[in-house]
Amino acid sequence: MLARRVVQIGGISVIAAIALIFVFLLSVVYPLFDQPKLAKSASYSAPGDPAKTIYLAIEEQAEIGLRLTSSGRVYFFDITNGQVITQHALPIDESNEIVSFQVVNEMQRLLAVGLQSGDILLFDHQYALEFTATERIIHPRVSYPFGEQLISVSDGPVHDFAVGDNEESLSLMVRTDGGQITYKTFFKESSFISDNATLEPAESYSVTTQKDVLRLLVDPEQEWAYILDKLGRLSVYDVRDGMAPTLRENVDVISAPVVPTTMNFLTGGVSLLIGDSSGRLSQWFQVRSDGELPFRLTKIRDSKIDTAAVSSVATEMLRKGVIAASEAGEVKLLYTTSERDLLNLNVGTGAIERLAVAPRADIFLAQDDQQQLHIWHIDNHHPESSMAGLWGKIWYEDYVKPDYIWQSSSASSDFEPKFSLVPLTFGTLKAAFYAMLFAMPLAICGAIFTAYFMAPAMRGVVKPTIEIMEALPTVILGFLAGLWLAPFVEMHLPGVFSVLLLVPLGILLLALIWWRLPVRYKLLIPEGWQAAFLILPIILITLICVNVSPLVEAWLFDGDIRIWMSETLGIGFDQRNALIIGIAMGFAVIPTIFSIAEDAIFSVPKHLTSGSLALGATPWQTLTRVVLLSASPGIFSAVMIGFGRAVGETMIVLMATGNTPVMDFSVFQGMRTLSANVAVELPESEVDSTHYRILFLAAFVLFIFTFFFNTVAEIVRQRLRKKYSSL
Amino acid sequence: MSAQNTKLGFFKSGTPWVWLNAGAVSISIIMVIGLLLLIAVRGLGHFWPKTIWEIEYQDASTQVTLLGERAKTETVSVKQLADAGIKITTDQEFVQRTLLKTGNRDVYGFDFKLIVGPNELQHSRPRDAIVFERTQWGNFYGYITSIKEYDKVVASTDDLWQQLQTRLGRVHDLRKQIHKIEKNKIGAINYQMEKLRLSKRKAELQNDMSPATQNNIADEQAELDAGYLELKKELDDLYEEIKRDSVVMNVMTGEQVIISLADVIKATRPNAMNLAQKLITYFSNLKDFVSEDPREANTEGGIFPAIFGTVMMVLLMSVIVTPFGVIAAIYLREYAKQGFVTRLVRISVNNLAGVPSIVYGVFGLGFFVYFLGGHIDQLFYPEALPAPTYGSGGLLWASLTLALLTVPVVIVATEEGLARIPRSIREGSLALGATKAETLWRTVIPMASPAMMTGLILAVARAAGEVAPLMLVGAVKLAPSLPVDLNAPFLHLERKFMHLGFHIYDVGFQSPNVEAARPLVYATALILVAVIVVLNISAIYIRNHLREKYRTMEN
Repeated sequence: MLARRVVQIGGISVIAAIALIFVFLLSVVYPLFDQPKLAKSASYSAPGDPAKTIYLAIEEQAEIGLRLTSSGRVYFFDITNGQVITQHALPIDESNEIVSFQVVNEMQRLLAVGLQSGDILLFDHQYALEFTATERIIHPRVSYPFGEQLISVSDGPVHDFAVGDNEESLSLMVRTDGGQITYKTFFKESSFISDNATLEPAESYSVTTQKDVLRLLVDPEQEWAYILDKLGRLSVYDVRDGMAPTLRENVDVISAPVVPTTMNFLTGGVSLLIGDSSGRLSQWFQVRSDGELPFRLTKIRDSKIDTAAVSSVATEMLRKGVIAASEAGEVKLLYTTSERDLLNLNVGTGAIERLAVAPRADIFLAQDDQQQLHIWHIDNHHPESSMAGLWGKIWYEDYVKPDYIWQSSSASSDFEPKFSLVPLTFGTLKAAFYAMLFAMPLAICGAIFTAYFMAPAMRGVVKPTIEIMEALPTVILGFLAGLWLAPFVEMHLPGVFSVLLLVPLGILLLALIWWRLPVRYKLLIPEGWQAAFLILPIILITLICVNVSPLVEAWLFDGDIRIWMSETLGIGFDQRNALIIGIAMGFAVIPTIFSIAEDAIFSVPKHLTSGSLALGATPWQTLTRVVLLSASPGIFSAVMIGFGRAVGETMIVLMATGNTPVMDFSVFQGMRTLSANVAVELPESEVDSTHYRILFLAAFVLFIFTFFFNTVAEIVRQRLRKKYSSL
Repeated sequence: MSAQNTKLGFFKSGTPWVWLNAGAVSISIIMVIGLLLLIAVRGLGHFWPKTIWEIEYQDASTQVTLLGERAKTETVSVKQLADAGIKITTDQEFVQRTLLKTGNRDVYGFDFKLIVGPNELQHSRPRDAIVFERTQWGNFYGYITSIKEYDKVVASTDDLWQQLQTRLGRVHDLRKQIHKIEKNKIGAINYQMEKLRLSKRKAELQNDMSPATQNNIADEQAELDAGYLELKKELDDLYEEIKRDSVVMNVMTGEQVIISLADVIKATRPNAMNLAQKLITYFSNLKDFVSEDPREANTEGGIFPAIFGTVMMVLLMSVIVTPFGVIAAIYLREYAKQGFVTRLVRISVNNLAGVPSIVYGVFGLGFFVYFLGGHIDQLFYPEALPAPTYGSGGLLWASLTLALLTVPVVIVATEEGLARIPRSIREGSLALGATKAETLWRTVIPMASPAMMTGLILAVARAAGEVAPLMLVGAVKLAPSLPVDLNAPFLHLERKFMHLGFHIYDVGFQSPNVEAARPLVYATALILVAVIVVLNISAIYIRNHLREKYRTMEN
């Protein structure tokens, strides 16, 4: 009884194992498509004085908030209860007044205020961490990286300004009275004595605009300056290389009666986010074009926030996520790259005036028009992934058009990860296709001959040989394909193609010669031994082709067929290409297809074939009309299983392709497959990150794919076996 | 074909198609045999002492003397060479191009040079050309001029070669002693120290730092430190000793280079060897290859750790996979009522066999390493955190992953064996009053054991060649220590290990000097293929033998 139990458990555990793999992979993949979760943690009235809030921020640990008011005071407060921890007054005279504000550099927490006097003050907020035995204390403070003195930028009040800031320079675009706009660039010079840097004024230009300006922006690299007027016309100025602002184009980003209400940069400073009075938020960026202008500002996508006007927009610091709020108190989380509208919520206490997102995007603050602050926790780990992003075309920043791109990591920090599985799936299918193209004829024909025509003595040699072929590790095949076959094929390209053509022709010729021979000589090659006889001629043909190859190349292709191909036919040539994969992976799947197909053909009941032969059919007629017909489900399942193997094969494609995720079906180009991609990227991927989960998704796709093919093949085979046993 | 066919037309008779089908078989066989031969020739050639050529070569406008081995020769068209910017004055259309391994990377900055046939003005095989296999910088080719002891020349006469050999013998002994101290003795001390550090941390974590424990730890630490200092001194002396001798060598540029014998592993004069000597060197090279550690980022030296790691992993995997696979097969064949459940199990088995190996790797990494391993670390090894113990790839997880991957192989083979046991034998046993379990245990399983063996052998062959999952669950390019050593508990399941298949991938595709490493990759591939082919042939043999046996039993 006990034995029965143990054995039963052992048997069932096979199902358990496959189920465990399935469930585990799914459990890792699932969070990718999880909806983000929100939890309200607190509401309190804005800490500090009752003056208007002009800026809200949260530090990295999401424990301390910052509020800047129009009275020039900075309040640091405890996020959980709104208690002021410390406050700081900006060094502005009583007579002066803050009239505008701008975030200069979100990463470095550098801010600027524009003053009535025509000056600008730059300051930042810093957080020092202190660790005691039991806890971590954060000490917030305001500091002045360029000194406390004001920077004079204009004669009149700074009504509005924009700052572009990178490591070397800082550019200001300032609007004063009368539509006069000044554009100034400063070089940053760090001082050797203190931490403070100084700003050295460089160029200064002025631009006149007639418009009623809503918002100015300058990108961090100081290449483009944007002026948006209140009617929705956006003027794009080229300010590259410190040259005078040149108007490139005027774009009507919003048309009447709708008017723009907000304009911000998405993290990275490439995309503009423009909110309007109809409650839509649209994303725009400069796209390279072939027209008269090298770049055109193009609308990429938009999203409906609410029916009421968009009132405030905040962007995540490290990802391309956006939080937007409307005048009706509606707040929406969205993600630009994946085109995902993550969630909506209604704070419901009136218009939202200010929004702030913590650097890790785990908490956000919203301030309504009653000076109430609302704090929400967000659980939003994988906004970058969406079905649209994984399988559809996405228009990425700096790309000319929507495309399928796989690029999971890069050296730069504000990088937009591109997770399209399409190029990888394409590569997988391409590799499998070429492998099957090579393997199917060889394996099926070989199986037919071995099972039906071959002499038993030779069969006793061939079958183990094929088994050895199946046992050869793919790492060996991949290594030979990459280091031996690929250079060899490159050197002997005409030879390789002539082998593909001449070997079948040669075999036919030999068959004809044999056919014409008198019976006396015919018997020299006994029936069922043709395969053995053909070995030498095939080797001979191959050797001749390979040796003649350089001559052919010299005569017909001007000495170098690769140059000839790219110049005459416009076909590029990769050394490690689909041809190599076709041969190497074909080699790996031949034995799989061969064994199953051979088995299916061999086990066709003998009385069927005997019957057919007795009725006068030739062996070939019997084969095509009786044997293959009844064995076709078996051959079909052999092909399915072979295809499944080709799809999942890793080492060969890893070693014998260039592993570039291109989408080109050319036989002379490489590819990157799902499996090779997993093998390359998973060890370096951070656990539980979106990238990690997407790689698991790739594995899951492979699993499902092969599961489907194997199950179909197995059911077909089980049916076939039943059929044979009933015959 | 028979006479009646001849009356039909050539195509109608089917003859051409039959021949084409036959051709498919021939091509497959040619490919298999060709591949095996290719690996065998290239792999075995690696150990043969190669002729050193001295070549007077016209290099652009200057004439130089080159010294080295011909690594590869190919035929190229003059036009291609001209495109590449190499000028040759010849009326031929094709010339021989040779890749000459000149070695001496530290002296010249390169170790290979491409030379074309017509520009070789003269070549000879100098008998006294010497090749040194070194611990770093690859091979060295040159002529010996004198031997020095520190700065004093001690030999510059005719018996230089003899002198060199005896002095190399001495260096070899010293190196052995150094290795013994560094690897075994100091290694053991380091291991003890690490253990001590962990036990101290553990005591801290458990708030168990009584003065007594503290003293104990301090005492042990002091003892280990003392032991280490002693060994260190011994080691310093040995290092001083080994530096004594050096040779002054003439190289092809005419310079004199001083090479410390401490860097030389082996010195040979291939041009002066006769066939017997070459054979001896050949086998000694082969022996070194399988028994020594790799050097110079795996591009030189042996592959012993890779062989050892592969064997350990495969052994461990066998222990896991055999019971599991055999029981599942017994269930399918002997216990289960054939029906829906067995169909489901069969489909699962086939799916397990068909799931891409990389998926097993992903599963192994996610489930075994991060999930199980992570939890084990938190429960049992909190003192080592954040450094993972079982929470990163290692021998155990690799074996488990591969066991899962090879289970279908064992099941299928065992099932086949069980199916072939004649009914009469079972019935005989049952008729004599044995229960089903007894019949199974006493007759069926013993009779089917060769079939299980077959399954296991095939599983081992599969596991030995599988690389993709191992890249994720624990195979590394260079493991600092073997998974088995003299430090208790002797078998270290959590350690990372080297693997033959991964070694091939790594050296062939990730190494900085692929050209220099290529012969070594072929040799490694040869060993792997040889092991797998032998395993498979024995499995096929056992299986066929078994079939015969049962067939005779049935009659």
